[in-house]
Amino acid sequence: MELDIVSLSRFQFALTALYHFLFVPLTLGLSVLVAIMETVYVMTGRPIWRQMTQFWGTLFGINFVMGVATGIVMEFQFGMNWSYYSHYVGDIFGAPLAAEGLMAFFLEATFVGLFFFGWDRMSKVGHLAATWAVALGSNFSALWILIANGWMQNPVGSVFNVQTMRMEIDNFADVLFNPVAQAKFVHTVSAGYVTASLFVLGVSAWYLLKGRVPELAKRSMTVAASFGLAASLSVVVLGDESGYLANEHQKMKLAAMEAMWETEPAPAGFTLFGFPDQQARETHFAIRIPVVMGLIATRSLNTEIPGINDLVRSAEGHIRNGIVAYDALQKIRAVKPGEPVPPEAQAAFEQNGRQLGYALLLRRYVDDPRLATDEQIARAAWDTVPHVPTLFWSFRVMVGLGFFFILLTATFFLLSATRQLDRRRWLLRVAVAAIPLPWIAAELGWVVAETGRQPWSIEGILPTAVAVSDLGITTLLITICGFSVIYTVLFIIEMKLMLRAISKGPEADHGAPAPLVPANLVAAE
Amino acid sequence: MILHELIDYPTLRVIWWVLLGVILIGFAAMDGFDLGTGILLPFVGRDDVERRIVINTVGPVWEGNQVWLILGGGAIFASWPQLYAVSFSGFYLAMFAILFALILRPVGFKYRSKLDDTRWRSAWDWALFIGGFLPSLIFGVAVGNTLAGVPFRIDDDLRIFYDGTFFGLLNPFALLCGLVSVAMLTMHGATWLALKTEGEVRARAVSYGKRAALATIALFALGGVALWLFVDGYVITSVINPAGPSNPLLKTVEREAQAWFANYGAYPWTLIAPALGFLGPLVVWALIGSKREIVTLAAGMVSAFGVIATVGVSMFPFILPSTEQPGASLTVWDASSSHQTLFIMLCISLLFLPIVLAYTAWVYSILRGKVGREEVEGGGHAY
Repeated sequence: MELDIVSLSRFQFALTALYHFLFVPLTLGLSVLVAIMETVYVMTGRPIWRQMTQFWGTLFGINFVMGVATGIVMEFQFGMNWSYYSHYVGDIFGAPLAAEGLMAFFLEATFVGLFFFGWDRMSKVGHLAATWAVALGSNFSALWILIANGWMQNPVGSVFNVQTMRMEIDNFADVLFNPVAQAKFVHTVSAGYVTASLFVLGVSAWYLLKGRVPELAKRSMTVAASFGLAASLSVVVLGDESGYLANEHQKMKLAAMEAMWETEPAPAGFTLFGFPDQQARETHFAIRIPVVMGLIATRSLNTEIPGINDLVRSAEGHIRNGIVAYDALQKIRAVKPGEPVPPEAQAAFEQNGRQLGYALLLRRYVDDPRLATDEQIARAAWDTVPHVPTLFWSFRVMVGLGFFFILLTATFFLLSATRQLDRRRWLLRVAVAAIPLPWIAAELGWVVAETGRQPWSIEGILPTAVAVSDLGITTLLITICGFSVIYTVLFIIEMKLMLRAISKGPEADHGAPAPLVPANLVAAE
Repeated sequence: MILHELIDYPTLRVIWWVLLGVILIGFAAMDGFDLGTGILLPFVGRDDVERRIVINTVGPVWEGNQVWLILGGGAIFASWPQLYAVSFSGFYLAMFAILFALILRPVGFKYRSKLDDTRWRSAWDWALFIGGFLPSLIFGVAVGNTLAGVPFRIDDDLRIFYDGTFFGLLNPFALLCGLVSVAMLTMHGATWLALKTEGEVRARAVSYGKRAALATIALFALGGVALWLFVDGYVITSVINPAGPSNPLLKTVEREAQAWFANYGAYPWTLIAPALGFLGPLVVWALIGSKREIVTLAAGMVSAFGVIATVGVSMFPFILPSTEQPGASLTVWDASSSHQTLFIMLCISLLFLPIVLAYTAWVYSILRGKVGREEVEGGGHAY
């Protein structure tokens, strides 16, 4: 990696975002699972469900606080490291972040205190409402941040304002109902539900293997397996929807994920395995399945999917149009107040303004895009190709894990339905070993989504390279080291406390194993 | 959408300037007492149980309170993107220090009492102290630098360049403002502890609270004198169109001594802001320790209102002046979001702020009452 501001800023953002997302999926899913358990408690009155709620709630708390602590960093970092980005798109991008605070964070953060401290102060139903408020709040926050992220992938509902030199909102409803954002939201929260389900499943399986709290463990597994099965099906379906939308809005990301260098006659085949080579622009040892790719990406047999080489050629055209737009923009801006704007500049900008961002791709090589040579334009066009091997492999591992999650949760769903949860010890061991896998899938998902967006911070609008703040290398190294140190220390502490709480188990904190039926329902002798 | 034309652009900009103040005051009034409680923790709690009592007074509420800061970040981003871009990147290392402290704080609250080990617990107590002290100080220092102006430039493409250093932020006037903030939030934390605790912990909190109240009054007055004597204000010297585009480069600005006092002459009723900045701590000093605990807590909030509103009124219409290129200073008239975004954000705020305030009040009413030894020693539901 080159030691420049852009790479360092990207590295820091990736580091802090991937770290933050170690905690988010479990918060998203476990909040809902705990709320489901408490609902059963309130409906049946069985103390074991209260014990489950409190035990999983304790683990939720240890995880939740890390999500909160690392989340503030994310919000501050746009301004800290990406000041031109903040100026350029704050008019659109800031609104969902503010809405996230107002609608989501207040809800979850205000009621999470009641969840832990309110057991003896409120009615059962009142406490249940607080628990659902936490679950709802954390899921709302995912909605808003994915509306913001969806806009980065598919910047709808906005126009460039020549006078303020930034993107401004044109149609808020388009930003809100951005199809990319909707698909991403369901895909992401479902991934969170899968993570929490496999967590509950795995920890419970461990208790069964140890012969501890079998009643609590089995009930937890039943909830986790059924919820997890529904969620893992939803993850795959909405992941497929994302692929379909990528073909509409981010053709390059799709082509890079598939390492599809040349446009193929429809329907295109799917490369199951291979070694993409960015330099040679080909994929070695490719194993291909015909037709499948065309079906996934276009849902038809006769629509072509453009390959990387063709997309680079069209990017070169966009860059040339972008230069025209840039030139027109400078002419319009040079007009003194009160004087008329030259109509040909106005017309040129109206025609090519959408490609202005492509001219900014040249800023890596030349300060004034109008002075770019043909060779620089060709290089900038090749810059529009993200790192193919990273995308290719991240995507395949993620998808493979997704199908494994369906298999695993379906198996345990069947075991639970036939009351055989404790019969197959090797399956219990598989469940324990599977605990970390959803995290790997979720992190790789973000790698696909965000490296696939490169070289853009806002697809087609603002290149990452011009979005950064004017900071010094030393300054950035200080904060990268700082974050690394504190995050490593906290990760160790968090793991230690989590493992300790799990090995202590539900028995310790909340008295002896709870009776299966409430005392007042026990039959008189 | 034509709907946003219902409110004209200049009015919306002023509304959002007020809302920016509301959010900052909300943060200081709500999260302020958490921060102050963190500062007081090692001093008012002498043994483990006392410290757990102190932590448990804010235990159920600090998370919600901290959202005011997160909302502040988001709202500044959405309504004043240039301010967000310049201040967060310009104060880069100071922001990092705040983040560092704010990462320690949640983790400290949750994890401190999970292990029964004296060294572990006392380490987290000091982490919580830093988590309260450092942000309080830095927010004050940031306000001080805002009043004095910061060295940034904006080029033709509206790219931002910041020529200051981290140590440049630590000038005497800014540090004085930092101390005002620390004193005020320590006082505010003491009013909270006076409400939520009893016995010796309360007595110590009251005694620190009285001293902090006097310090707040003295430092706030000193700040005013220093602002008059040593810190130049800024004035717009060209015609400005309050409905013009958000481009800070279209005006000229000059520095002028005592310009930050001009608004009080032009609109004497605005003197109510500094007056409340003195009255609040005075009431705290007089009443803390008495039975009128809610009034004392409210007086702490009034202090935050008075002090922050004073800064806002003094600077209006400036939000962030530039020492290096005064013409590029950010003002209410040329650093906001677009007309439509301000309108949409206003609708969202008017819809949701009342809901937030309502359920926050409900949660506080459920959690009312003092935190005593029994709760901390007995229950499984405490930190």
